[in-house]
Parts: sequence; structure tokens; C-alpha cells
Amino acid sequence: MLHPSSSVSSGWGLLTGAVLPTVRDLLALWAGRAVLKLSRRLGHGGSSLPGRVALRIQPALLRRLAGKLRWGSVVITGTNGKTTTARLLSTILQDAGYRLVHNRSGANLKEGLTSAFLDDAAAARRRADIALMEVDEATVPEAVRELRPLGIVVTNFFRDQLDRYGELDTTVSLVGRGIDAVGGRGFVVLNADDPLVAALGRGRGERVVFYGIEDDRCGKRTMTQTREQRHCLACGRELDYSVFYYGHLGRYACPGGDFRRPAPDVRAGAVRLGGVRGASFTLSVRGEGEVRVAMPVPGLYNVYNALAALAAALELGVPLSRAAASLERAGASFGRMEVIPVEERNVLLALVKNPTGFNQVLETLLGDAPAADGAGEAGGEGPRNFLIAINDRYADGTDISWLWDVDFELLAERGARVGEIVVSGLRAHDMALRLKYAGVPEACVRVVPGLSEALDRALTATARGETLLVTPTYTAMLELRDIISRRGYAPPFWEAEKT
Amino acid sequence: MNLYGDRGNVIALSRRAEWRGIEVGLTAVGLGEAVDFTAFDILFMGGGQDKEQRLICEDFQRVKGGALAEAVEDGVPFLAICGGYQLLGRFYETGTGERLPGIGILDVETRAGRKRMIGNVVAGSLLAGQETRTLVGFENHSGRTYLGPGVRPLAEVLVGHGNNGEDGTEGAVYRNVVGTYLHGSVLPKNPWLADWLIRRAVVRRYGEGVTLPPLDDRVETEAHAAAVAHAVEVARRHRTPVRRRRLRAVVGGRLGSRRGSR
Repeated sequence: MLHPSSSVSSGWGLLTGAVLPTVRDLLALWAGRAVLKLSRRLGHGGSSLPGRVALRIQPALLRRLAGKLRWGSVVITGTNGKTTTARLLSTILQDAGYRLVHNRSGANLKEGLTSAFLDDAAAARRRADIALMEVDEATVPEAVRELRPLGIVVTNFFRDQLDRYGELDTTVSLVGRGIDAVGGRGFVVLNADDPLVAALGRGRGERVVFYGIEDDRCGKRTMTQTREQRHCLACGRELDYSVFYYGHLGRYACPGGDFRRPAPDVRAGAVRLGGVRGASFTLSVRGEGEVRVAMPVPGLYNVYNALAALAAALELGVPLSRAAASLERAGASFGRMEVIPVEERNVLLALVKNPTGFNQVLETLLGDAPAADGAGEAGGEGPRNFLIAINDRYADGTDISWLWDVDFELLAERGARVGEIVVSGLRAHDMALRLKYAGVPEACVRVVPGLSEALDRALTATARGETLLVTPTYTAMLELRDIISRRGYAPPFWEAEKT
Repeated sequence: MNLYGDRGNVIALSRRAEWRGIEVGLTAVGLGEAVDFTAFDILFMGGGQDKEQRLICEDFQRVKGGALAEAVEDGVPFLAICGGYQLLGRFYETGTGERLPGIGILDVETRAGRKRMIGNVVAGSLLAGQETRTLVGFENHSGRTYLGPGVRPLAEVLVGHGNNGEDGTEGAVYRNVVGTYLHGSVLPKNPWLADWLIRRAVVRRYGEGVTLPPLDDRVETEAHAAAVAHAVEVARRHRTPVRRRRLRAVVGGRLGSRRGSR
């Protein structure tokens, strides 16, 4: 078992240890931290530039910094849920007394990982125990080489930004290579309900932990949404599903008996979803018993993220009851179902990146919350106002075809109680067109390409005390959050997320 | 095959028919099923991943190829995107020189390329009666497709790479079959192409005299114009090939007026 550190060392915590820092290390650290400070002062997050500068001076810096950790790193990857899983795991580990390095800004390429270490080195009073690294799928092999992690967590594989990765199969095999490189040294946490992820655990040793949901009531008998994986990876036959939770996540088996969903070691039953208010479930862990968990982070997809975080925490030696208790007070992460009070309204920011993620967000936003305190919530009785902001920069995915795979038809249903939908961003007109073909009345849709003006318009349409539901793509989320923080309503993320 | 938001094409065809009072039924055709394609009014095929594409390729060789060719000769309108477009051709030659046979409905051949051609595309339509129209979409392919004498190009590339990044063509047309690399989805933002397919379907059933009632396409036209302007602007920053003179000739005036109205 791992234990949190207690020793106190100097400000160069990360570089004290058996290997003395070279001049090149110190120069790279100094330069990286100077860039970090400067970009913070200029109001930027400084998420990847400091790392880029430092790596230019010392290409081995990430490896050297990771080598100084008391215990090591945990890599979290997959299409959706990386940031939230890392956030939940960080809450659990911090409560358990660990000191962490964590790329909480979501900058998840090599430069971003390095920046997280630089940020930590700047504040370090003692050596960090564990680095929590959410890692872009394509960067996993390189990250594993540099970090030599204690463990790796894979959330799910969905269609995401094919303009960048080519194809889903390529992404899966990149992550598989990363797991191979971890080898027998570390633990592997895998989603049992995603056949693409679960297949990565075939033929591996006992350090594979599967997690999954076991509650047919929150699933469907038939698949409504776009399915990524239809065929058994062993024999090519179409998989049979007895239940779908969402997308291609569910209970599946190959009709030929070659491959089936592994029995999860960490599982959630009796799942209760409370719209945007939160979710609760009964957590069972093989050999450790059961506990009921009520968490403020909403949505079925976040139940998966919680399971992933719990499974990793248990592997790191945190007792089940403590881990579960931490989840009950873990807040949403930056831009992921984050609620910010603005001008006497609540702005709920829910990042969207791909069809499955967007569908889950829509289902959660439109979900019927039990009317605990009635009015004023998105689950209340008033009309729901939306701001949908779609950009097509590199970090968003440059192809917006995926919008046509999102079930916006949900917004046209009567029970959706949609008031006004402001569409914005570089592809505002594409979004308006998508809503027209989804059957949303044109009178409900207003095109305002500029994000600042769009936010004004959407806030005006939202009554005092009500919640404006904002679903932005990645760069639109950053811009909107920046606009909101410039107006003095939200601290920048590097302050907001420090606990 | 449904990868890549090509569902938008099915949505566009369905809605634009329904808005004109034409009832629409959708049938998904699975692997290994033998189907009489002449019984359908419009056929659609999207792109897939390499693995799926191989499965479908085999299925076409064994089961569906003949029936599809018969439907095409019978005049059934058929839209095929990206991987689907390549499958309709004569063959796909991989990087190692292996030739995967297509079904040869379109006189085109595709060769694997090293560089992936990714980005926004603006192209001037060459469809009869639509020469003043542009097509806008998004391409993402490494295969390079070359047209034979048996097909006409769908469009001339103004921004982007098109079929092969060399000859300035995009897509291919034979009878009522349209093959194209354009995602986006392509039909909602280019409603005239959707209507071309619907009209060919109606004509096949009821004869040449039929006209389609026009629809209120303001949202479509705005999205189209915005996408063209955006593609031109992004191309400027990303060094995507742009045929400036032709672009000005085809869309120049419209671009100018759009910028003025902003």
C-alpha cells in the first residue's frame, strides 16, 4: 500500500532526491516557470506554453520530474470523462492526504503534462506523492514512456475528432500500446461496459480492474444513438446486447462465445439520476462490500467517471468508505457541468466534444429532477434557455459533421420546455441549420456569432434566478469562461480549482 | 456504414421530401442481406473505418454488387460519401500495391496516398442546371481518386484538395449516382444537391414533367454562405490550396456582399 508523504523539503522539492539536477534541468525549470508566471499575469492559463519552452531546453524534463515523485503517476485516458475522472480521483486522494501534481487545466499533450509539473514545482513545499495525468489518447504511448506510471485508467472510446486521429481503431490501438508498455508493473482500470475498452484487458494478468454499471432500469433494450462498435474483435460477428446504458456501453456478448462483458470488480447498482442536481448509486466492490453514494456531479456518464476514479483510488490503497465519502463532496470540474452565478442567474457550462458526450449532456439537462426545491433550477417548471456555442478550431475538431449525429430532436419534444436557443461560435449557422432539421421551431433559435454578444442575449432571455444552459465546444468554453471571469463573476481556473 | 455524421444526409433527404408532402420510409440494409435495390427511390452509403470497409467490400463482391449495378442502370439515385464513394469505384490500391476490388459502378480508381487530405472544401458544381451553385463541405481522406472517361466530375475544386489534390476535380457522377468526398454533412448545407437527388427519384417514378415545390431555404442558404466564407478564411491561415481566380469568378461577389452585411 502507498502512504501519503509527510516529509517537508525545500522549494526545489521535485528535484531533490538521489539524482542531482543538471544545469540544463535547472535552466529548463527556471525558464518554464518564468513563462508560467508571465502568462498567468497576462490572464492566460499557461496550460501548455511553459511546458513547451522547458522541453525545448531539456527534452528529458518530464521523465526527470516524474522520476522524483514519491510514488509515481496515474494516467487517465479515453474519449470522454478524462477530466472529470481525474478531478474526482484528485478529490479522493487529497482527502486521503496525498500531495498531487495534476494537469487540471485539461492540457493533456506532453507539453501540458510538463506544465503541470512546472506549476507544482513553483508552489512545492514538499515532494509530491502522485501525479494525476489526464492524457490525450494519441499521446498515451509517449506519456507512458516518459512517466512510467503506477497505473492507467481507460474510460471509453467514442467517435471524436476524426480529423485529427484518423479512425477510432487507430486510437484504440495507440492506447493498447500504452498499456503494453505499462506491462506488469502497474494496474489497469478498464470500463467493462465498453467492448472496445474491455477488449484491452484480454490476456492480461491480475492487475486489471474492471468497472461497470449493473442496473437494467437505467438502460434501454435497443440502441438509439450512434454505435461505434458493432463487431466482436475476435470473430467479427455482431455483438448481442441485453441492455444499452448509452452509446455502445452496455451488457454485451459475442453470439459465438468468443468475447463477453467481463464481470466488473467495481460496480454501481440502483442508480438514481436527479437531472442536473446529482446522481446516487449503490457501490459494490468485490471482496469489500457495499456502500450507498450520493454525489453532486450529475448524469449517468458521471457515474462511470466516479467508478473509474474509485477503482483507481482503491488500487492506490484508499479505503472504500473514505473514497466514497470524498465523492459526496466532489464538485464538477472546470467547464464540465460547472455552475457559475452571473447577474443573478446561474450559468451552467457543459462542455461538448462529440455526439455521445453531447447526447449525455442533453439527457442530463433535460432529465426530470425530483422537484426538491422547485423553481429556480433547470429541473424546475420554467422554460429552459440554451446557449450552444460551436467552434471548429483544432482543439474543437475542425470537422463539425458530428453535430448531425447528436440527437437534437430531443429539444423539439414537447417535454423539453425549450425557451430560446441562442447559437453562437464560428459555426453558429451550421448549428442553427441542425436545429431546423431537428424540428426545433425557427422562432426559438437566434443566431449570434460573437460569444460575448451571445452570452448577453442569452442572459437577457433568462429570468432572474433561472439557469442558462450553455453547451460549448472546447475553445468556445474557454472563451466563454474568460468572458465571464473578465466580468468578475468567476475566478480563472487555476485559482478556482485549487483546494 | 455510418461513420462521421453522414446521418445528416439521410435527415436532409427525409425532411426535404416530407416538407413537400412526400412520405418517407427508411430501410437499413445489413451485411449479407440480399436486396432488390430497384425497389428503392434513393440509395445512400456513408464512409466507414478500414475494418468495416473490408467487411462491406466482401459483402459487395459476394452478395450485393449485381443488384446495385442493376438499380443504378435502372436510374435509382444513389449518394455515396468518402469510403462509400471509393467502394463504388473499380478498385482501391493500398500502400503495398494490393488491389481491393470495388463494384465498378463508377469508372474511378483510388490509390492510397501518404498524406491525409483534411479540411474545408468549396467547389463549383458541374451538375447540369446547377453550374452557378457551389458545394461546401469537409474532406478527410488519404485515398486519391482518379476519374475515368465513364464518369463526369461532380464539381471543380475552389478551396481544398478534392478527388486527388492534383486535377482540381471533386466527386464523380454517372447516371443518377453521385460519389463525393464531402462530409459536413453535405446535403443540409447544399440543399440543391439534396433536391437534385429527390427530383431524380420523383422523375424516375412519375416522369419528366414533375417539378418540386420550392422550400424556404433561408437558414440553409445562410449556413452555406457562412461556411464558404469560413472555409476561405481558414484556408488563408492554413495554406490549404485555393484557386483564387476561379474562386473569385464563382463566389467572389457573394463573399463581398456577405462581409459587407456583417
